[in-house]
Amino acid sequence: MSQRALNDGSQTDAALRTIDVRAGYGSIEILHGISLAVGTGEIVAIVGPNGAGKSTLLKVMSATLAPSAGSVELLNRPLAEYDRRELARTLAIVAQENSVAFQFTVLEVVLMGRAPHLGPWRFETSRDLEIARGALGHFDLISLAAHPIHELSGGERKRVFLARAMAQEPRVALLDEPTAFLDMKHVTEIFTRFRELCSNRGLAVVATLHDLNAAAMYADRVLLMKNGSSVAVGPPDEVLTVEALRDVYETDVYIGRNPVNGAITVLPASRV
Amino acid sequence: MTSIEKSAVLEPETAHRFAADLPDFEGAHLTSRKAALTLALLGAALLVVAIAATSFGSVHINLIRALADSSSSDSAILYGVRIPRVLMAIVIGAVLASVGAALQALVRNPLAEGGILGISGGGALGAIIALILASRVGAQDVIVPVAGFAAALLSTFAVYRTALVAGRIEPFTLLLVGVIFNAFWGAAIMIINSVVNFYYAHSILFWLMGSLEAPSYREVAIIAITGTVGFVILMSRARDMNLLSLGDEAAAELGVEVDLVRRTIFVATSIMIGAAVSVSGIISFVGLIVPHMLRLAFGSDYRLLLPASIIGGAAFMVAADLAARVIIAPAEVPVGAITALCGGPFFIYLLRRQETRAFS
Repeated sequence: MSQRALNDGSQTDAALRTIDVRAGYGSIEILHGISLAVGTGEIVAIVGPNGAGKSTLLKVMSATLAPSAGSVELLNRPLAEYDRRELARTLAIVAQENSVAFQFTVLEVVLMGRAPHLGPWRFETSRDLEIARGALGHFDLISLAAHPIHELSGGERKRVFLARAMAQEPRVALLDEPTAFLDMKHVTEIFTRFRELCSNRGLAVVATLHDLNAAAMYADRVLLMKNGSSVAVGPPDEVLTVEALRDVYETDVYIGRNPVNGAITVLPASRV
Repeated sequence: MTSIEKSAVLEPETAHRFAADLPDFEGAHLTSRKAALTLALLGAALLVVAIAATSFGSVHINLIRALADSSSSDSAILYGVRIPRVLMAIVIGAVLASVGAALQALVRNPLAEGGILGISGGGALGAIIALILASRVGAQDVIVPVAGFAAALLSTFAVYRTALVAGRIEPFTLLLVGVIFNAFWGAAIMIINSVVNFYYAHSILFWLMGSLEAPSYREVAIIAITGTVGFVILMSRARDMNLLSLGDEAAAELGVEVDLVRRTIFVATSIMIGAAVSVSGIISFVGLIVPHMLRLAFGSDYRLLLPASIIGGAAFMVAADLAARVIIAPAEVPVGAITALCGGPFFIYLLRRQETRAFS
């Protein structure tokens, strides 16, 4: 855990920054002013109960939803200034659910991540293939490269879309519930992989997580949200406290420490 | 090794290990070599059926005499009847299949084709109305196809505007609106059919079942030109069509201007199919069967699927038209009946397959 970043959110060279962002759908405001700066090489987890606005915040960060007030900056440039293809070369998104309408192989889906780097008439070069190969290898998918995507299990499919996102060679990755449908082994592996990408390539990762234990173990910092507002931002040990979680989740929790790696662990404290 | 070092996600030693396992992912993705081989194969198949269709018909002709002696009746049949007909089958089949493939990307559903989206029904209705009105004026040869073409475009526009919800096109809404319009145009044609005399009723059947009877070289040229223009536009969006199968949001996140691409596909396909319907009527299911067979055989990458649909659609159409001409020779079955006969069961098979996949 040596590379845990020391960003406090106020640094000037953040990879991704939201400044007092308000957003919603129609006349309903979901986010009531969220400020967050994500540094290069940092993993930030967004946690909070259902309906807290985690996914909406992710949509604002990915330019899918325009904020009604406030602004978003990607690599110190307003998000609105990016054109789509440029954005796709800088920012990768992995949605919670992914579907593919027609039969494509795993490799074909991962190669789709190269699209923003290629013109409309060009075939992928050997360099594109090398990048796709690397992304497949990263997520333990090499042996599945030629398989039709719809024959894969939910967890394998998830990894394919994570690999596709990495094939985009982004500077920032937005992951919506990346651990859903994944077993323990793959959760660990995926975060290990992203940690490598963060320290080797300076990738910045923002992930919404339901799993507080995963957030505590793998994130450098945690944004705790409730009802579209930020409750606390900071290192997991400081944000995930008994008082804060009881308040946000409206349920009693027990917080302990994992004796192996020292990460805090969160359990519901209700007596069955 | 420089290319590897530049890559953002690759550890060189990992790449090396996997490179030994799987040299170049043979068969896992589309390469230019695979595309060229496939197209050459399909081209050869087209050549074979085209030669067969030129040789056989309700009247036997001697090809050698026809080619050697330009004053023979064999030659007159070959150049005046057979060749324009085969050429017409080629261009119509190419247009219908490639439009089907593109529309399937547009609505993200393998059940789409020009007929189902109401484009060809509208064109046929326009042609039929023009046929009846123009019979008093004359010049039907020009007025009817032009009216068919214009009506197909209008129908497309109507479908598009109706399916537009809050400035956006939802694939499923579009498909449903298309089906509804198609049924509506069909009903209008039936009402006209029940009030006109026998002579018109026969012509209406021609538009409904589709036919390649007695085409002129001029008609062939018009379909070939509109088809080529549309095809080039579609090909420039082939990669975007691949990305659309991931869903609108995911495609946009990969740099696709989704709404622009949708509109482009819509305009290109309606021009192509409008021109086709205006001369050959509604020939159904070609746009459904051909792209699907090609997908099963060669994968879903639109950079291959679109050109393969052009050649495969042409070959399928030439073969279907040959069957239409010889099954009950010297009489003729409408070619649309042949394609629908193949297509009906196929459509059900597709639907069943989709259902089982949805529930599994």
